[in-house]
Amino acid sequence: MPDDAILVTEKLTKEFHGFVAVSGVDLKVRRGTIHALIGPNGAGKTTVFNLLTRFLPCTKGRILFNGQDITGERPAQIARRGVVRSFQVSAVFPRMTVLENVRVALQRKLGTSFHFWKSEKSLAQLDPRALELLDEVDLRAHANTIAVELPYGRKRSLEVATTLALEPELLLLDEPTQGMGHEDVGRVTALIEKVAEKRTVLMVEHNLSVVAHLSDVITVLARGTVLAEGPYQEVSKNPAVLEAYIGAAE
Amino acid sequence: MKAAPWVERLGYAILVVAGLVAPFVVYPVFAMNVLCFALFASAFNLLLGYTGLLSFGHAAYLGAAGYVTGYACKAWGWPPLFGIALGTLVATALGYIIGSLAIRRSGIYFAMITMSFAQLIFFLAVQFPWTGGEDGLQGVPRGTLFGLVDLSRNLPLYYFVYAVFLFGFAVIHRTIHSPFGHVLRSIRENEARALSLGYDVARYKLLAFVLSAALSGLAGATKSLVFQLASLTDVHWHMSGQVVLMTLLGGMGTVLGPSVGALLVVALQNELASLGSWVPVITGAIFVVCVLAFRRGIVGEVQALVKRSF
Repeated sequence: MPDDAILVTEKLTKEFHGFVAVSGVDLKVRRGTIHALIGPNGAGKTTVFNLLTRFLPCTKGRILFNGQDITGERPAQIARRGVVRSFQVSAVFPRMTVLENVRVALQRKLGTSFHFWKSEKSLAQLDPRALELLDEVDLRAHANTIAVELPYGRKRSLEVATTLALEPELLLLDEPTQGMGHEDVGRVTALIEKVAEKRTVLMVEHNLSVVAHLSDVITVLARGTVLAEGPYQEVSKNPAVLEAYIGAAE
Repeated sequence: MKAAPWVERLGYAILVVAGLVAPFVVYPVFAMNVLCFALFASAFNLLLGYTGLLSFGHAAYLGAAGYVTGYACKAWGWPPLFGIALGTLVATALGYIIGSLAIRRSGIYFAMITMSFAQLIFFLAVQFPWTGGEDGLQGVPRGTLFGLVDLSRNLPLYYFVYAVFLFGFAVIHRTIHSPFGHVLRSIRENEARALSLGYDVARYKLLAFVLSAALSGLAGATKSLVFQLASLTDVHWHMSGQVVLMTLLGGMGTVLGPSVGALLVVALQNELASLGSWVPVITGAIFVVCVLAFRRGIVGEVQALVKRSF
């Protein structure tokens, strides 16, 4: 099944003033899988994410989404294609209510986002769908809370609900469990599992037990290049990977 | 938490009535001055408070519109409404040009770019033969409204200015509470996230910038009729700083804050006028106290207080 790749990168390279952060990375994310990107600090994982969503322009290489070259597109265009990312630090709109957070993601489809003369009451038609999404992540009871007042794990859930509002084909999750306690990690892992039933997920993650539990394929990055790729059992026994991880730690 | 709708409506109704009786309580020219600055600061707040962009060159739109309106009414004998329309149009166009360039950068660089362009406008105002240089454009006729109402008298002019203010304020209020306003808030709150939701952030910022410039122009155009004068004061960078002060003092990101700030600053300047060069020292000191002690501004603090006690 070579053609069921949803996202392919060819020789993806990023240089910052001579420093090569990502060097010739070939990725192939298959549709319907959870694909994890792991590697020691500074391996270039977040940079890859930034390249994929065009938050950074790449120096060399190509990015194909559903077979189409999206290398030169603007970030908002890529998002509208259905490649939606989350961020390392939880990305909510802090001084808006939980409901408004989700609604702002739904709003674009109305096509009235530039209508400064229209009443905000016209947005109320989106409330049922927004509440449905909040239900999915168990946040309905907090719909009128100001987002900044939510505990950290719940902010992550809100972020997921906001992302789902866009009905993305490919979800890019940047360290979804970073900085979380045990309880929250469990909840977010379950949430990712649920979300991935109908979608493809590419995630950067440090927590190896989460990675082992969730992912179908793992790509290990080190110093900007691909070190190994395969299922967890295989990758975790790869000597080069062990050296990059444990050797670097010692 | 928002106040109940009827409380909000009652509040606005009281303010509207206060505006109607104001010229019988205070000197009408003072009241008109306050209204012009209140509109200017509210327009500025659309950008600073609701989009999160600090422009340090808003004097350009206020001042340029003032000059254009003044010139159209004086040299070409245009009626006041057309003069104001032309001034506002020019400010809108300026906002589009300067905004398109400035929004490519953010933070301090954005502020510096807007400021440089405002300085450019300032020097044009000094150099152009038709602006009157240091003297400014004096003796701008107030004209008659629809050929019927004589605006040279203060009372009819006050109600005209009041109508302009209400119109501008209504536009701002609606913009804040529109689908567009919601996107603006999301950009203010987290720009990268708004981008990742598929919003072309730059285009939203540009529209906000243009709207803000247009309404600042409306304020400046009206002001030039009130004082029958367009002068360098209005394009000077002090003016760009003053509108920041008004907005912060009253409460940025609140609907009424900038108007309260404008009232306070204009009233202070009036009351303290006899102290001469001490005025900027005193307003500066107030600014420092404001930033140190009540960061949310007057209206922001009151809102927080109300929220805490209910």
